Amino acid sequence: MNILSLFVIIPLIMMAVIFCISGENKKLIRSVMTVGGACLVATSAYLTIQFLQMRAGGESDAFLFTDSVMWYEAFNIHYSVGVDGISVAMLLLSSVIVLTGAIISYAIETKAKEYYLWFLMLSVGVYGFFISVDLFTMFLFYEVALIPMYLLIGLWGSGKKEYSAMKLTLMLMGGSAFLMIGIFGIYYNSVPEGGQLTFNLQEIAANVAMQENHDWEMIFFPLTFIGFGVLGAMFPFHTWSPDGHASAPTAVSMLHAGVLMKLGGYGCFRVAMYLMPHAALELGWIFIILTGISVVYGAFSACVQTDLKYINAYSSVSHCGLVLFALLMMNQTAMTGAILQMVSHGLMTALFFALIGIIYGMTHTRDIREMSGLMKIMPVLCVCYVIAGLASLGLPGLSGFVAEMTIFVGAFQHADTFHRVFVIFGCTSIVITAVYILRVVGKVLFGPLQTGHVAENDKGLRDAVLYEKIAIFTLIACIAAIGLAPLWLSNMIREGIEPIANLFIK
Amino acid sequence: MDYSNFLSMSHEISLVVVMALVLLVDLFIGDKNKKICQIAAMGLFLAHTVLCFTYLSDASAVDEAFGGMYVNSEMAVLLKNILNVGTCLVFMFAYNWNTTENEEHSSEFYFLILSTLLGMYLMMSAGNFLMFYIGLETASIPMAALVAFNKNKKESAEAAAKYVLTAAFSSGVMLFGTSMIYASCGTLYFNDVYAMFHGSALQIMAMIFFMAGVGFKLSLVPFHLWTADTYQGAPTAVTSFLSVISKGAAAFAFMCIMCKVFSGSGEATESWKNIMWWIIIFTITVGNIFAVRQTNMKRFMAFSSISQAGYIMLGVIAGTKMGMDALTYYILIYMVTNLAAFGIISSIEDHTGKLNREDYNGFYETNPKLALVMMLAMFSLGGIPPFAGFFSKFFIFMAASNQGEYLLVFLALLNTVISLYYYLLVVKAMFINKSENPIANFQSDNMTRAGLVICTICMICIGLISSIYGYIQMQQCGF
Repeated sequence: MNILSLFVIIPLIMMAVIFCISGENKKLIRSVMTVGGACLVATSAYLTIQFLQMRAGGESDAFLFTDSVMWYEAFNIHYSVGVDGISVAMLLLSSVIVLTGAIISYAIETKAKEYYLWFLMLSVGVYGFFISVDLFTMFLFYEVALIPMYLLIGLWGSGKKEYSAMKLTLMLMGGSAFLMIGIFGIYYNSVPEGGQLTFNLQEIAANVAMQENHDWEMIFFPLTFIGFGVLGAMFPFHTWSPDGHASAPTAVSMLHAGVLMKLGGYGCFRVAMYLMPHAALELGWIFIILTGISVVYGAFSACVQTDLKYINAYSSVSHCGLVLFALLMMNQTAMTGAILQMVSHGLMTALFFALIGIIYGMTHTRDIREMSGLMKIMPVLCVCYVIAGLASLGLPGLSGFVAEMTIFVGAFQHADTFHRVFVIFGCTSIVITAVYILRVVGKVLFGPLQTGHVAENDKGLRDAVLYEKIAIFTLIACIAAIGLAPLWLSNMIREGIEPIANLFIK
Repeated sequence: MDYSNFLSMSHEISLVVVMALVLLVDLFIGDKNKKICQIAAMGLFLAHTVLCFTYLSDASAVDEAFGGMYVNSEMAVLLKNILNVGTCLVFMFAYNWNTTENEEHSSEFYFLILSTLLGMYLMMSAGNFLMFYIGLETASIPMAALVAFNKNKKESAEAAAKYVLTAAFSSGVMLFGTSMIYASCGTLYFNDVYAMFHGSALQIMAMIFFMAGVGFKLSLVPFHLWTADTYQGAPTAVTSFLSVISKGAAAFAFMCIMCKVFSGSGEATESWKNIMWWIIIFTITVGNIFAVRQTNMKRFMAFSSISQAGYIMLGVIAGTKMGMDALTYYILIYMVTNLAAFGIISSIEDHTGKLNREDYNGFYETNPKLALVMMLAMFSLGGIPPFAGFFSKFFIFMAASNQGEYLLVFLALLNTVISLYYYLLVVKAMFINKSENPIANFQSDNMTRAGLVICTICMICIGLISSIYGYIQMQQCGF
């Protein structure tokens, strides 16, 4: 069996096992989740090593580990899988976040069984999306990943959870309406007149390169890009994201900001830009403006929020905007930086949400005006928060620096005024990021002690316990590892980017 | 014509035999033991369903009978079988109601449902406008009696009155259209009309009248006004039959006639496609927007089924074999999904008498399994993968965009977002909302449970098993 299919099969097996366990037996359910999550991490690590070895051995196909099974013969739909450097990086990221998310979710007490089932369905969708090279299966997994969010937020969330859950689901489904029409357009133009239509990404890309007529791309590129852009929190379609993140339970915020939003960036890149390069060159400027606004607007919004989760949600809007912004620069360096930013942002935002979730569990408030001086009570959590903050504002030695550096160096390679102006515009976000990160650090972590609404019957404030430490330290280790030794990862991504970046050389 | 021509009518003949037997059993045993009558009726119909599947493999059966009045195609046979299965499911969900509230008249219930079904068979296999009309009336008139089946309820009578009046009116409109077709073509046989249909003003007029008539049966906007009241007032078993089986048969026949008869010239095709375009937009949008406001579950399902009919019409506007495949596939999936939803609604109604969405609050806490099935049905209706509804929607959209109807598909897709909103409201009521006094835990009867299990398996598996679509695709439908 193909190793990639394991990424879908393992969560499905976990779902089946948990389905059979009684809901009372929370310990067993948690251990199944942890063991399964660890298996996924091991599989993705093994896959990475294998992948790097094969590349070192001179394998030059764009996608490795490919496999294809005919599904719907009438439409030439296959279940086909394959990975390049970019998807391997995404799979690694997803596995780490799913594992740490599962560990952080130990705190869930009510309906733990159902919670984990939906959680796993979400991860099935995420993994399936990253391994697919067939548009139909890709879209199918994409939607599988969206719907569990509704119940996860609606049932286990906090605050105005019902409103947020509905808003998130409907906006994302609206995005997938754009996407679906884009997919039909791509499918019916996937071959020159009379050939066998196909959903296979590679075949479409090869056919499109040979086509003379590119008018159809001008219609379907914007639709597809917006479709994925909604999930990538592109301005002005980002409004679901702050509400959704703020209301979701901790692990779901982690998974959502850490992985699910990456589906948007990955899709923009893999479907919209890869399959319709001519339109991307022609119409890219529109989206450069929109994503440029996302980057700066998100950062400014984060400055004025008072809810910890809203601050991070807006910071996610800014950082994910940067991903799309860099992709649209359409050269190899900037695009490599975009993928690195996806990985880096995924890890650090997951870390942020994990920490905020733990703190919120004790203080019962996320309002930064009601908390201060937490460093005195929970030093470990607070130091980790500082590390996450520094990664986010791009301190050298942590992953954020590597990503942002690559992006801006690459983006500035464009010699024309339009691109340069927007790169400088985008660069300002680095400074604004420092403002809102340091504001939170200074206000919440230092100063006189003030602890929100600690209930009387509560266990009170404490530092991180063992399972929380495991999850947090795993994430920090990954952030530091990428920051200190980024070359293997960026080389792997660069190889994946190369054939696609070459499409854009005029 | 020789007697072997009758073989192509095996579905109809065997159904008539079943109907006669149901009546006879009731006549001789009905007074002593109603239960045996019911089991006999269901058993006989089940036997009919199973037998009908074997007719499909009968390759020697001729296609025409009665000089072209009756035309059968592989696709029609397949759809008849699908509707048979659907009717079996309706019977299973109605069993509880038939053994309690409706025990006295259960045989009539079965007989009337079967006569409607017979009418639908004829409608689907018509080769002549008169035959189509006869089929339609055979299907509508018993339906009116069924809608009025709750004799003691005022709503039921009101619903039936509305149904009868609109049905009669729409038949009249349709007959008028048919007469204009006869005036301009001099024939009513589909094949001959096709040859003479060039899109003159009179013919377009005739076509519009015809479309209006069928539009009433399919409850397309603006001919949908009877739907909500009738759905709400009729007994739930009848509502489910009306929303699924009746709609499926009419949609199939409609598509056959539009593509086989009114597509004689490019101009004619163009004109009905233009009309259809607007009808689809209005049907989907109006159905969706009104469904959002409904709190009564049966009214809610009525508007949901109006918008679903709009999606089914996307297959008609495609007007190709691919559109027909997608339409049949859509009907199959819509049938199991909607019946599952109605199965839950009716078993809640039977046990508690509650029909409002607010009553469903906290349903998951007390009846987790039923709530899960209902959620599955809602997701499938909303088109969420990996459930079957996603595949049927995807394919029917694909068939329409194959004909270049991208704008229409796009508007329909945006509408699915609205529809998802109200389907999620039901899920929200059951799973998220808290309730002071939720519906108490109850044990539904075995028949209902068996039916729900079948529906659930279908909703999960049909999409994933690609050979089902492959099989539908292999069936010929004559264009």
